[in-house]
Amino acid sequence: MSMTFLERIGRGETLLADGAIGSLLMARGLEPGAAPEGLNLTAPHVVEEVARLYLEAGAEIVQTNTFGASPLKLARHGLAAGAAGINAAAVAAVRRAVGRRAYVSGSCGPSGRLLKPYGDVGEQEMGDSFREQMAALAAAGVDLICVETMTDLREARLAVAAARSAAPGVPVMATMTFDATPRGFFTVMGATVEAACAGLADAGADLVGSNCGNGSARMMEIAAEFKRHGRLPVVIQSNAGLPVLRQGAAVYPETPADLAQAARGLKALGIAVIGGCCGTTPEHTRAMRRALDEEA
Amino acid sequence: MSILNEISLRLEEGDDAAVPRLVGEALAGGAAAKTVLDDGLIAGMNVVGGRFRDHEIFLPDVLLAARAMYAGLDVLKPLLERAGVASRGRVVIGSVHGDLHDIGKNLVGIMLKGAGFEVIDLGNDVPAARFVAVARERDARVIGMSALLTTTMPVMKEVVDLLARENLRGRVRTIVGGAPVSAEYAAEIGADAYGYDCAQAVEKVKELAGA
Repeated sequence: MSMTFLERIGRGETLLADGAIGSLLMARGLEPGAAPEGLNLTAPHVVEEVARLYLEAGAEIVQTNTFGASPLKLARHGLAAGAAGINAAAVAAVRRAVGRRAYVSGSCGPSGRLLKPYGDVGEQEMGDSFREQMAALAAAGVDLICVETMTDLREARLAVAAARSAAPGVPVMATMTFDATPRGFFTVMGATVEAACAGLADAGADLVGSNCGNGSARMMEIAAEFKRHGRLPVVIQSNAGLPVLRQGAAVYPETPADLAQAARGLKALGIAVIGGCCGTTPEHTRAMRRALDEEA
Repeated sequence: MSILNEISLRLEEGDDAAVPRLVGEALAGGAAAKTVLDDGLIAGMNVVGGRFRDHEIFLPDVLLAARAMYAGLDVLKPLLERAGVASRGRVVIGSVHGDLHDIGKNLVGIMLKGAGFEVIDLGNDVPAARFVAVARERDARVIGMSALLTTTMPVMKEVVDLLARENLRGRVRTIVGGAPVSAEYAAEIGADAYGYDCAQAVEKVKELAGA
């Protein structure tokens, strides 16, 4: 990995990102309802193992277990004061697993709070929270930052701007979660793909796109819309479909072969970063790897 | 435009200053508290709920409308209590144990209040025993459970089973919802109803509560 992440994106390469983490952590003892981010401190070997599984499956971008590791979000678990240490431990665990064979992506999800006037948090407070996380991720040596699963464009912009100011020089991907409606794609907070393209770019994102909320067929439509509205490289991380009931249990229906097929389509569309979200496993990543390699 | 229509319209716009003021004016003009509730606040929230269901408006609009509704309810509440106007019944809601997602559940709570129910929101990460204990203590008619994770859905079945063991089935009805949940799943675990979205959830709770 002598080239940087952005150099490879700039050359028009399609890079493969990893898949779901939370479900793998639960299978390895994460208590339901507990903060997954706590495991970075209490069971770093488990976090490291999950990262290694995705590396071995062929992911070139492996994310940190820090989706909810901004102080505002950690406060739900009484862990806000430990944010810097949690983010540092999370980056260290993934780095131990992947070395320089993959890019370490610092994950940053929503704060779990609503901005005024809809909620009770001001932009300053939310920005401070994101900046603290971004500074910790950068200090620990992430190769890029991924702001993800955002539904409020204002919050997403605050997170991207926080990365720009507190993690200078670190590339930023920013992805939002859309619902299909009869009038097109909107986030639950009402942002369109077009607004996301413009707003995230304006806040300083290097790549924009979508993750979660949809299976691969819908994601293909969203990907095309991002390509149509924006000039920045696009990142798409699809769920393995939406859950269906099988033998009394809800399961994500799309197989590794399904996501491999989707990866071919996304690559043909010129999507820069392709990965998985809820319901995906290292097996999905492996199949996507093979699909992306076969045309190269 | 009647003042009740105006309350409804200002509520739809999320004007939390105008709604309580207009509620006060309506009452001063002789309107019964129950009429102001039904034809002003609830009528407005019904419109908001329908427009949200049809994707004409989004979460921010609903949250602002809810705030205006609460501001109006604060004015009405003492009068409704004095007049002995019964609520449509108590509903206990929460996201099940292991689940930290709560936007969907919160929306259902807002809409249920808007429909005249007394809502006891237990928050998220709620264990089965707590749903049942609170429903029993507060004499709730319905338990509403939300899950966004496939891994936490089994807690819904625990609640239904626990109600059966404590001979509360029938007295306390259950409704489930959330992204991975389906009508099929609700039937499989023996829940009394499934709400696809918050508007449908309110309709189903009305049926369950016999209201």
